[in-house]
Amino acid sequence: MTYLLRYYRAGSRIGVLRDLQYRGSTFMYLVGFLVEPTVYLTVWTAVANAQGGTVGTYSTGELAAYYIVWTLVRVMNLAYTPYGWEWRIRGGRLNEFLSQPIHPFHRDFAFFIGSKVIWLILWVPVALLLSLTFKPTLSPNLIEIGGFAVAIWGGFAVRFVLLYLMGLVSFWTTRASALFEIIMAGELLLSGRLVPIELMPEWVQQLASWLPFKWSFQFPIEVLIGRLSPGDIVAGIGIQLLWASGLGVVLAVVWRFAIKRYAAVGG
Amino acid sequence: MEHPVRVDGLRKVFKVPVRDAGLRQSVKSLFKREFREVKAVDDVSFSLEPGEIVGFLGPNGAGKTTTIKMLTGLLFPDGGDARVLGYQPWKRQKELLRRIALVMGQRNNLAWDLPATDSFQLNQAIYRIAPADFEKRKTEFVELLEVEDLVTKPIRNLSLGERMKMEIVGALLHAPEILFLDEPTIGLDVSMQKKLRQFLLDYNARAGATILLTSHYMADVVALAERVIVIHRGKILYDGGLSGLTGRFSTHKTIGVTANDLPADLSRYGETIERTPDKVVLRVPRAGVSAAAAALLQAATVTDLTIEDPPIEDVIDRVFREE
Repeated sequence: MTYLLRYYRAGSRIGVLRDLQYRGSTFMYLVGFLVEPTVYLTVWTAVANAQGGTVGTYSTGELAAYYIVWTLVRVMNLAYTPYGWEWRIRGGRLNEFLSQPIHPFHRDFAFFIGSKVIWLILWVPVALLLSLTFKPTLSPNLIEIGGFAVAIWGGFAVRFVLLYLMGLVSFWTTRASALFEIIMAGELLLSGRLVPIELMPEWVQQLASWLPFKWSFQFPIEVLIGRLSPGDIVAGIGIQLLWASGLGVVLAVVWRFAIKRYAAVGG
Repeated sequence: MEHPVRVDGLRKVFKVPVRDAGLRQSVKSLFKREFREVKAVDDVSFSLEPGEIVGFLGPNGAGKTTTIKMLTGLLFPDGGDARVLGYQPWKRQKELLRRIALVMGQRNNLAWDLPATDSFQLNQAIYRIAPADFEKRKTEFVELLEVEDLVTKPIRNLSLGERMKMEIVGALLHAPEILFLDEPTIGLDVSMQKKLRQFLLDYNARAGATILLTSHYMADVVALAERVIVIHRGKILYDGGLSGLTGRFSTHKTIGVTANDLPADLSRYGETIERTPDKVVLRVPRAGVSAAAAALLQAATVTDLTIEDPPIEDVIDRVFREE
């Protein structure tokens, strides 16, 4: 355990250093991310204004809060994508990871934890700009702030393990991009990324609650913008824990089979 | 003493999809894919002695890298067994991976965007290297390879040779007992190759590490290895001393003669390879070398005569072409 903690300190440091090296491009990525929520915010604000100031149970200020917190959650749940796995396996770039005495999962997880430091620093001016423009209604209490601090990491863990697991498909076929596109579209619709799930049809809401996407995206947002009771927050964090650990077990099992298929091509 | 590496009947078969060219064949392959089995490693057995440097030779696609990948846990075999420091490498036990290192000449293990020193620190954490050992080894290796000024530059800004030096430093920080080197000098200039070879010899002498080395540069093998294993089409053709390789596979020697009165026709002594007015180089069957040399001494006023084995590159080339 001490070993892993030491490793995570060193591994996350690499993530910080790497993003520091490319702070300019990181900032440009972040600005690129802004386009998506800004479009959503503009559309939903127009819809709300046309409907007397609300959409469903969201006021314009709450919608603004939703999408501004969205940007923070989006930055925090960045993870190693299945596309990255495809690139690694097709190019035999897993060799360097496999020849070292640490599981590649820890290498990637630690790296992404570290890389959040720079992303978060660069996110602050972006969030300020959005707040000045869209005037969010956001006044979380201490429980919500504390719950959010846990839930945002829970969301990251769920998304990271899920995408990692999907990435392992590349061990069976090196042309899995089409499958990933479908899953990413599912995530877009069922995570609360495109629109708060509450504004979707009832059956979509039911479906979303049984899938992991919502717990990595909308749940942390709802915690901070004050739409959940303390009991719901605790239950939600428990569900995140279940998803992360359940998917983690599946990942460990699939990994054992996947690694036997690694052809180490190109090395 | 137990062999640090023992390979017993190791096999690896790759299933490769095949189809003929053209749209029709392409459409056909959508419904019925055809595969061909390629025996990359076919019943390979050998063992390495502690502290030994062994050259692993073979043409492209002979099975060298596949064997090394199995011995470092990157690939699962389809048959046979192997033990590295007593462990089955493909089980990828951390206890084994902490004691070996793999350096592939065409690959980067160090973070591309960062200075090598940052990756070295990551390796310290991965391999649990004690701070004092880490500092001592890093300083020593960096000095020996004369890369003090380079460790703080991002890897992407280094030349190929400089990068390879950094890779070697990074791979040795945890003092591996077995070092697998796959084309470590590929693309390097001659002086850089020499420096790396000397460094590896020093490391082998000081740490007593066992080294298995593949290289297309015979100079690497001649400088580092006394023993070579030759593999071709997945099978071992030869395992023994470098000098024995020439004796086994070379049927001829060369005789060089310097004389002012060389006969015009030398075909009865051997095949003429080079000729100037006062010098000739002949290719002579091994069994007839003594007789040919004696006859040449009789036939002309010889001022110099040399008998040599052909260059090792030619021997290896002959082995691969004739097999």
